[in-house]
Amino acid sequence: MERNIVAVLVKNHFGVLNRVTSMFRRKGFNIDTVTVGETENPEVSRITISFLGTDEKDQILKQLDKMPDVITIQELDREASVSRELLLIKVKNSAEVRQDIMSIVDVFRAKIIDYASDAVTIEVTGESSKLSAIIELLSEFGIIEMARTGLVALARGKETALNVDEMVAAQKQI
Amino acid sequence: MKIKGAEIAVKTIIEQGTDVVFGYPGGTVIDIYDELYKHRDELHHVLTAHEQGASHAADGYARATGKVGVCIATSGPGATNLVTGIATAYLDSIPLVAITGNVGTGMIGKDAFQEVDITGVTMPITKHNFFVTKVEKLADTIREAFKLAKSGRPGPVLVDIPKNIQNEWCEYEPVPVVEPYPKVPASEKEIDEAVEIIKASKKPYIFVGGGCIAGNATDETVALAEKLDAVIGCSMMGLSAVPTDSERFLGMVGMHGHYAASIAMHHCDCLITVGARFSDRATGKTSKFVPNARIIHIDIDASEIEKNVSVDVGVTGDVKEVLSRMLDKLSKVQHPEWIAHVDALKDKEAKNDPQREGFVPKNIIQMLNKYIAPSTAIATDVGQNQMWAAQYVNFKQSRKFISSGGLGTMGFGLGAAIGAAMGTKERSVLVTGDGGFGMCLTEMATAVTNNIPIVILLLNNTVLGMVRQWQTLFYGKRYSNTELENRHTDFVKLADAFGAVGYRVTNMEELKEAFDKAFAVEDGPVIIECMIGKDELVLPMVPAGGSMDDLITKVGN
Repeated sequence: MERNIVAVLVKNHFGVLNRVTSMFRRKGFNIDTVTVGETENPEVSRITISFLGTDEKDQILKQLDKMPDVITIQELDREASVSRELLLIKVKNSAEVRQDIMSIVDVFRAKIIDYASDAVTIEVTGESSKLSAIIELLSEFGIIEMARTGLVALARGKETALNVDEMVAAQKQI
Repeated sequence: MKIKGAEIAVKTIIEQGTDVVFGYPGGTVIDIYDELYKHRDELHHVLTAHEQGASHAADGYARATGKVGVCIATSGPGATNLVTGIATAYLDSIPLVAITGNVGTGMIGKDAFQEVDITGVTMPITKHNFFVTKVEKLADTIREAFKLAKSGRPGPVLVDIPKNIQNEWCEYEPVPVVEPYPKVPASEKEIDEAVEIIKASKKPYIFVGGGCIAGNATDETVALAEKLDAVIGCSMMGLSAVPTDSERFLGMVGMHGHYAASIAMHHCDCLITVGARFSDRATGKTSKFVPNARIIHIDIDASEIEKNVSVDVGVTGDVKEVLSRMLDKLSKVQHPEWIAHVDALKDKEAKNDPQREGFVPKNIIQMLNKYIAPSTAIATDVGQNQMWAAQYVNFKQSRKFISSGGLGTMGFGLGAAIGAAMGTKERSVLVTGDGGFGMCLTEMATAVTNNIPIVILLLNNTVLGMVRQWQTLFYGKRYSNTELENRHTDFVKLADAFGAVGYRVTNMEELKEAFDKAFAVEDGPVIIECMIGKDELVLPMVPAGGSMDDLITKVGN
């Protein structure tokens, strides 16, 4: 199923993430990943939501757009944007498998950020498909635990609907 | 000069053009009530018997006047009692501001006495809600609530004010009544596409919803129908937008719609939808909805377009503006064949629903029509009483049908009739049943206390008629929990107990006498209990999941 990404600028006050995710829940839309963080303007947060399937896409965009806490939205399609996800994964380590793990880390340009004789923690950044590939390879050593951040994405090139300064200049309600 | 948060709340409500609020005091709004006492000459507070009644009254006030209705309740149970009323307003896009108290900010989250997370509870049933954490932001938050409630597609907004905020001091400067957010003009391209479809049409039909009332687009709608030689039908929420006796008006469509209105809609080749959201009750099965028509959907809420039915052109914008721009681009045409076809449907409708003799719902409502003024607001409960009112009341002015459409809230009627009467400053009428009236009849106390003239036409069939109708038709007459005979409620004595007047009538002559007396009362509610048969059905009927093709017009044995 096709993955859609939408970036949402919202007013940065408490409960906003709850409002946005609650709208998805009550309309019966499924969220694949969601990430949220402050922008360069502390009064504005950026939520990046990815969801699968296209049937409800227009409804999702319209429903988001009409929420009073939402300042603006932009759909980020695959060709016109770059997206990344970060994975931290801890796998079992031993003298026998150490070299195999190291070579996977090398190939995926991942980083070892914690090392013990019986466990190793690896950091990987990339598109979601790359993360899924390394998880599959590492799973044969035994995954102890793992955490994925969900997608963040930006439009390619200079043009964007989501420049906070431009919005402030255009007197958009923030 | 610095004043207390509680006074800021009251002054801001007044400043925003409110003349009456409905509410109920309690621990966390006692400071607001103290200020309501001090400002009682500027703002009339109506004490209801239950917070739910306050929310329905504020809703009825807003429906009848087009202004923002305001209700106030304390934290915890007070706030949760508003929930049904807020949801009712949300589903029907009614501008409402609900003010609730809450425990002090230091107690929030500690399960303090009468604490409830009302902003969390009402998030899915409000346009937006606010939890006020700084007294400096209180006035602007209430102003923003009014602004949101009346902007674009109207709806309810809740402001939750913790008790300590009400007791903190802050500067207050009054501001003028806030204007709604500016409407974005509709796109020329969308209008042109719609106009092209209309020009190609031979069987145009204008389908009117509640948005036509909210957008004050009655004149434009009628003018468009004249210009296109089109006919008009409406959803239940669109009732009263176009006068019932307009030549081109066919009535309500849908599950219990008028025959000609529903069938003509099914046969049209171009459906011009004015502020309606294609509720399942109006469309029936969407896959069979208007099979031969191209659909134009005009709505101020972009998210309504393509939500329930797929349309040929969606025009996002203010219905009044869009219709006038369309009118400028269209010239007068005539479709005699279409009009003749519709006339034949009207004749068939008359044959399907012959005038019966005696004390039956249709005759009762038609007699009511002789007593109401063009400006009389008619509130209803939900169920058979509502559908009979929808089918037979003769509306002459917009905003006169006060009825819970989307949520279908039994118990809505009495509170709403109180609010409508307060808003219009004249008598209102409530058409209700023994079931719905039984839910919130405590508001009789409110109507009596405030000398509010309401003629309450209580159609007592001793059953929960609409559910029972389904049990009759689709559940093998297994009347599970729909028979109320053993309640033995004496509604005449009940009226008396509340200090009001009640009449029980069993035939048309008695009804006329009762109406003569009731419509002479200027200072309080009058109950007219009509003892009707329990087997009366609302017809026509489209069974759930059916299309207009499946319309039942009569039921045999």
